[in-house]
Amino acid sequence: MAGAIEIAAGVRDGSLKAADVVEQHLTRIAAREPEIHAFNLVMSDEARARSDAIDAMVAAGDDPGPLAGVPIALKDNMCTHGVPTTCSSKILAGWKPPYDATVVTKLAAAGAVIIGKTNLDEFAMGSSTENSAFGPTRNPHDTSRVPGGSSGGSAAAVSAGFASVGLGSDTGGSIRQPAALCGVVGVKPTYGYVSRYGLVAFASSLDQIGPLTTSVKDAALLLDVIGGHDPMDSTSIPLAHPSLVDVLDQGVEGMRVGRITDLPEGADLDVMERTEQAFDAMRAAGATIVDVEVPAFTFGLTAYYLIAPAEASSNLARYDGVRYGLRVEAPDTNAMYGLTRAAGFGDEVKRRIMLGTYALSAGYYDAYYGKALKVRRLIHDEFERAYQHADVLLTPASPSVAFPFGAKGDNPLAMYLCDVYTIPANLSGHPGMSVPFGTGADDLPVGVQVLAGTLCEPQMFRAAAALERAVSAKVQP
Amino acid sequence: MSERISAAVVEKVARLARLALTPEEIERTTAQLSGMLEHFADIDALQLDDVAPMAQPYPLENVFRDDVVAQGLDRDEVLAAAPAAEHGRFRVPPIIGLDL
Repeated sequence: MAGAIEIAAGVRDGSLKAADVVEQHLTRIAAREPEIHAFNLVMSDEARARSDAIDAMVAAGDDPGPLAGVPIALKDNMCTHGVPTTCSSKILAGWKPPYDATVVTKLAAAGAVIIGKTNLDEFAMGSSTENSAFGPTRNPHDTSRVPGGSSGGSAAAVSAGFASVGLGSDTGGSIRQPAALCGVVGVKPTYGYVSRYGLVAFASSLDQIGPLTTSVKDAALLLDVIGGHDPMDSTSIPLAHPSLVDVLDQGVEGMRVGRITDLPEGADLDVMERTEQAFDAMRAAGATIVDVEVPAFTFGLTAYYLIAPAEASSNLARYDGVRYGLRVEAPDTNAMYGLTRAAGFGDEVKRRIMLGTYALSAGYYDAYYGKALKVRRLIHDEFERAYQHADVLLTPASPSVAFPFGAKGDNPLAMYLCDVYTIPANLSGHPGMSVPFGTGADDLPVGVQVLAGTLCEPQMFRAAAALERAVSAKVQP
Repeated sequence: MSERISAAVVEKVARLARLALTPEEIERTTAQLSGMLEHFADIDALQLDDVAPMAQPYPLENVFRDDVVAQGLDRDEVLAAAPAAEHGRFRVPPIIGLDL
């Protein structure tokens, strides 16, 4: 399968038809989507019309842009004007946004072809895509296992070749963990790197949109397109970003790669072995390995599961049966709110709204939410110190390879522990990405996480490219 | 394990959150929140008196924009998505009435 860079180059120089590229992907969708269920909506007609329009542009001598004819899968929590956006929730079923998210506008301007809206854990709350109101997504590597989550639909779509690239959102690991479990590249950029305008809010101080791709280079290309300041998002960073595609060949000679000596335990042996081999690969490529400490790393889970639900309880107050989505009729507004929300939200969303409302309520605020914000500062400051000694850090992306459906049972905490290695970067705002690095138990993919300092995406991508080169050198001796 | 949260508190929180939970859901939520809060006690031992809270990662101050007229959302399109609308407005049941 051609990567996004190759597709765009071919479409732009006329050697490849965008229409043919779309048909190839629709054919793969027709063959395997019934089994995988990556999509809430496949946009066949729109994608065909769009690819014809792109081919017409090229024929007329115009340049459709850096993603010309590239089929992309969008997580179904990004607003698409006039096209249903559900967040995999009954409460938003049928809703058609009256505007496009900024990333959607940018993708259109770059010539991309949206091929469908992908499944997720309801409102992005989960690590397995089992919490979708429309049924789970299956892992293309083993359909008895989860694809990870919450961006499981986009990760599975890219992994199965339903789309050349995908976009997910990452609040506590929701891009990086499914990327690891599906064997693709997944990036959570620095907080503020990509506009959140039109991303349905889960936890506003943690949410970031990012790429899911089959190669580091495609992730760089996609992030170059969607990144940048947006006046519509007051938390978007008002700085120009250097091109990430341009830095990939710079290598890692002299780069300082940090090993967190007090990383929380709990990762499976196969995952730890691969992570060790990633350090070896970096050393072999000319990097220096240094030890760093992040003692508060281990408290990330607690801080996250107080802060994220607190913000979610506030953000999800808008689903009240008044302006959009589901309404359960009742004699007065209070009864309508309560019944609408009880009928429209799934169990995990209700649980987090309850936890967040509790953590914010009078008498408990200081003990929970207030304390969690202080732990967040500790984690942030400790990472800042670590990045004075190391350019990037390596950890596992997920404690295990893809697990079977129902493996976490009814124990919410067991599911929350899936994100133990990814959560701290959301709290601190630093970037992180998962890179496929071989396989573990049952030949399932393992992802290694590369972490870097604020706006240090260039270093992070150089390290990721080095890991990718090490893997392909092994696969093709 | 001592209960960290009572069913009465969970019922009150459900009212605050505008979630009409069933008695079974209240019972299950009480047990699950209790278990989570037990786990979250790991931060109780941290010395945090001198640590400033951090609500968001990027140290942005107030963000201003020029006061220029811009295109807003289309009113009819927005209202078309509402469960009920009338005379260019959202329609809701009486605000004063039976309390939950």
